[in-house]
Amino acid sequence: MELSLEQKFQDKIDRDERIEPRDWMPDSYRKTLVRQISQHAHSELVGMLPEGNWISRAPSLRRKLGLMAKVQDEAGHGLYLYSAAETLGVERDTMFDQLHTGKAKYSSIFNYPTLTWADIGAIGWLVDGAAIMNQVPLCRCSYGPYARAMVRVCKEESFHQRQGFEIMLTLCNGTPEQKAMAQDALNRWWWPSLMMFGPNDAESPNTKQSMAWNIKRFTNDELRQRFVDMSVPQAALLGINIPDADLKLDEETGKYSFGEINWDEFWQVVKGHGPCNKDRLAARVKAHEDGAWVREAAMAYAEKQEQKKLNTIAVKTA
Amino acid sequence: MNKNLPLYEIFIRSKNGLHHKHVGSLHASDAQNAIMNARDVYTRRQEGISIWVIESKDITASNPEDSDAFYAPAEDKVYRHPTFYDLPDEVKHM
Ligand SMILES: [Fe+2]
Ligand SMILES: [Fe+2]
Repeated sequence: MELSLEQKFQDKIDRDERIEPRDWMPDSYRKTLVRQISQHAHSELVGMLPEGNWISRAPSLRRKLGLMAKVQDEAGHGLYLYSAAETLGVERDTMFDQLHTGKAKYSSIFNYPTLTWADIGAIGWLVDGAAIMNQVPLCRCSYGPYARAMVRVCKEESFHQRQGFEIMLTLCNGTPEQKAMAQDALNRWWWPSLMMFGPNDAESPNTKQSMAWNIKRFTNDELRQRFVDMSVPQAALLGINIPDADLKLDEETGKYSFGEINWDEFWQVVKGHGPCNKDRLAARVKAHEDGAWVREAAMAYAEKQEQKKLNTIAVKTA
Repeated sequence: MNKNLPLYEIFIRSKNGLHHKHVGSLHASDAQNAIMNARDVYTRRQEGISIWVIESKDITASNPEDSDAFYAPAEDKVYRHPTFYDLPDEVKHM
């Protein structure tokens, strides 16, 4: 019996083989990946903004160098991901347009403000920590270019989390005021970090298909649970408290149960009503528009060089 | 005019003695600009000592749909592999 293209495709996935750009794939698989990878790329780009806010005010040269390197990495992550998405046939400018017109989503965490230096510590520790938790399984995603981009990204992320934790540690070992600042940052970033894993499994209808396609390897709730279990001892080490009265260790499973996430807040921010949605988008659009003359000048130069080359050839062969 | 700058495929040699290896792609105005961008995007941590770039549209690729007909003929040529030849265990260094 002749297998249908869909069946052959699914068999390949079930054998844990990778799909490459020119291989046949169902339209829905392609669409899902374009959406996920471009959203991921947008998140890396927008993710530079809350931290970029603190580069000029970093408390020491050491901190400034680390933060600049981290923010530059995030730009790189965006670029790896955009090029992975392009292998699926979507143009870079189409993706930029979708981001700039508000049609495309990015991680809602970046719509919160960075009020103090401790926020830079909390972001590295928690936000990059949650990103790593999400991204490590994506290194085994069935789509080759996405998986390979994630391998590069994950290699670079661990420095991000460590620099954040070191900032937190320094503040927590500092003056009472500094420690209070670290606690305040944890209070504000904890819940949004848990939201980074997305809606509860019951509210996440696409998870099943994504798992059947080996795009996703774990559910939102599974990853969130791991993140909580990993973070609780780290907060203890810092000597600050996770702002959740319901947080409790289940002796039997060794896992922490935790309080209900404020999903109303989550959906508000996703829908564009977070504290910084408008600022972030405006900053992103401005950066793109301010850079237009550079791209145009580079293109004009390239065309001129090309023309010069053609002229020389014409003279030689005349 | 297309708003996208041309797309280039990037190949990096991580150290002498190894092949250049495909690492991804990026947009640039020309090949020189692609090399500069590749330096920033793909070698921030000493991942390479040499960069090749080629415009993506200049790459010709084999068709995955032809894979069976294209590569299957090599499948039954086991005699191209050393294990095809039976030798007694006593023969050493071979
Ligand atoms: Fe990143
Ligand atoms: Fe990061």
